[in-house]
Amino acid sequence: MAPAILLVGTLFGVSLIYGLAQSLGLLTGTDQRTLSMAAYQNVLSGSEGVGTEFWPSLGFSLWIAGVSTLLSAAGALPVAVWLNHQSGRGRQMDTLALNWNLAFPHLVWAIGLLLFFSQSGLLARLAALLGWIQNPADFPVLVRDRLGMGIIVDYVTKEIPFLALIVLAALRSQPEDYGVVATNLGATPWQRLCYVTLPQILPSLISGSLLVFAFVFSAYEVPAVLGMPYPRMLPVLALDFFANPDLHHRAEGMAISLIIAAVVMVVAAISLRYEKRAGYSQ
Amino acid sequence: MKALPTYIIRFLLYGVLAAPLLLFGLYAFSEHWFFPAFLPKDWTTAPFTRIVMDPQTGNSLAASLGIAILSSLLSLLVGFPAARTLGLRNFRGRQVAWLIFFLPTVVPPLAVGMGLNILFLRLGLAGTLFGVVLSHLVPTIPYTIFTLAGVFASYDENFEHQAWVLGATRLRIFFNITLRLILPGLVVAGLFAFLISWSQYLLTLLIGSGQVLTLPLLLFSAISGGNPTSIAALALLFVLPPVLVIAASARYLNQHGNTVREQH
Repeated sequence: MAPAILLVGTLFGVSLIYGLAQSLGLLTGTDQRTLSMAAYQNVLSGSEGVGTEFWPSLGFSLWIAGVSTLLSAAGALPVAVWLNHQSGRGRQMDTLALNWNLAFPHLVWAIGLLLFFSQSGLLARLAALLGWIQNPADFPVLVRDRLGMGIIVDYVTKEIPFLALIVLAALRSQPEDYGVVATNLGATPWQRLCYVTLPQILPSLISGSLLVFAFVFSAYEVPAVLGMPYPRMLPVLALDFFANPDLHHRAEGMAISLIIAAVVMVVAAISLRYEKRAGYSQ
Repeated sequence: MKALPTYIIRFLLYGVLAAPLLLFGLYAFSEHWFFPAFLPKDWTTAPFTRIVMDPQTGNSLAASLGIAILSSLLSLLVGFPAARTLGLRNFRGRQVAWLIFFLPTVVPPLAVGMGLNILFLRLGLAGTLFGVVLSHLVPTIPYTIFTLAGVFASYDENFEHQAWVLGATRLRIFFNITLRLILPGLVVAGLFAFLISWSQYLLTLLIGSGQVLTLPLLLFSAISGGNPTSIAALALLFVLPPVLVIAASARYLNQHGNTVREQH
């Protein structure tokens, strides 16, 4: 136990302390020697630079993470319920297919979407083949768009399998008899779904969905590949300021990164509460 | 007779999962594939061979493999005893230990990498393979521990006691009993550690300081380059190892994959 705690605890703890120090203006390579909240002030209420971009970015991040989470949850539910009714070889194959999703890192998935949905991508070529469009410019902007649809599609298609596996695990850990009892008592399949199955899996689904929200809110690769220069999601904004050659911006990038981390920790804490309710806490 | 929805869901599921590989194949093995041609006319392996044979690609592939393999082996080595204790024992401070492992799984690599960046520069670890591996361990060890702890939670120690009573040595108990019972979980835990390290972009970027070049970094620069053929060829190279590893451990995943919550 000790080596693992020491290694993870030290590296993680030190990274937070160093991060905090940098966001307060220390260690950033500038000659500042006193703590200062300047970076946070610039980020939250600056009238130029990062201050003008933080709130739109936060809004954009919340929009992407919120919509992706809701759509993933809505999509995972039928997949899991359906999968739970399968049996034998087909069911094994389908579970395997859901796991197969793990083989594609988000970066690769984003590249696939880029090549498929871009204005000269495969879908646009199909539209041209069918005579719907003449030029790439006629094709609607589906990735690298203002609403972040490309980013949302990426996350939804990746997170549906992720959530489906969580819901499936919850379904399989429930005794089958409740459904049988409900049917015996005259419940229709629809009533069975609403009053028996859903309440059983809801805590797991909520807990998993919150993890998805936290992940989407804080991940970098997908918005970096499928996003626009403006508005940018917060992680992209944070890294851009952190890597800025002007070292005074480092603190601002670090501050944004810690704000992201704080949001994520709160969401994860709520997720844990639901996970406990789901009954398989660690 | 199966219902129509079954076929639709299955078609979507398998279709979506096969699509990226086919798409990358189209772009990677063709030339002069201009809009509006729906399918390439000139099939060729020349650009793909050129990109794969490029020394930079080879070096990145080797660096990626080395870092991912080393990270997952170290994670297993360090994580195994911790997971055993966490899964089998109740002790004071268990909650705290659990929290220390849980936090790195939710706090993004962005924050960790940016925080470690300066420290590793000062320690001379920035830009070294060892430094990058060390930073990858922050997310991989916890995932390894949680996967293995889940396995140990349903592990019966009495098998070991039995062997001990019958006079088996500790080493023999470990190899003949513990390892055999835990092996499927061990494979899955190692797989997850490998995948997390393999697809890691930010930590490598922030700790590698441009000195350590892995495939994700190469992919990102190809994306900003904008040539679809190079992007697709590198993407194919990048998904190949995970695809092979997942296929090889498929039967273990069916047993244990459901218990794991993993993002990468």
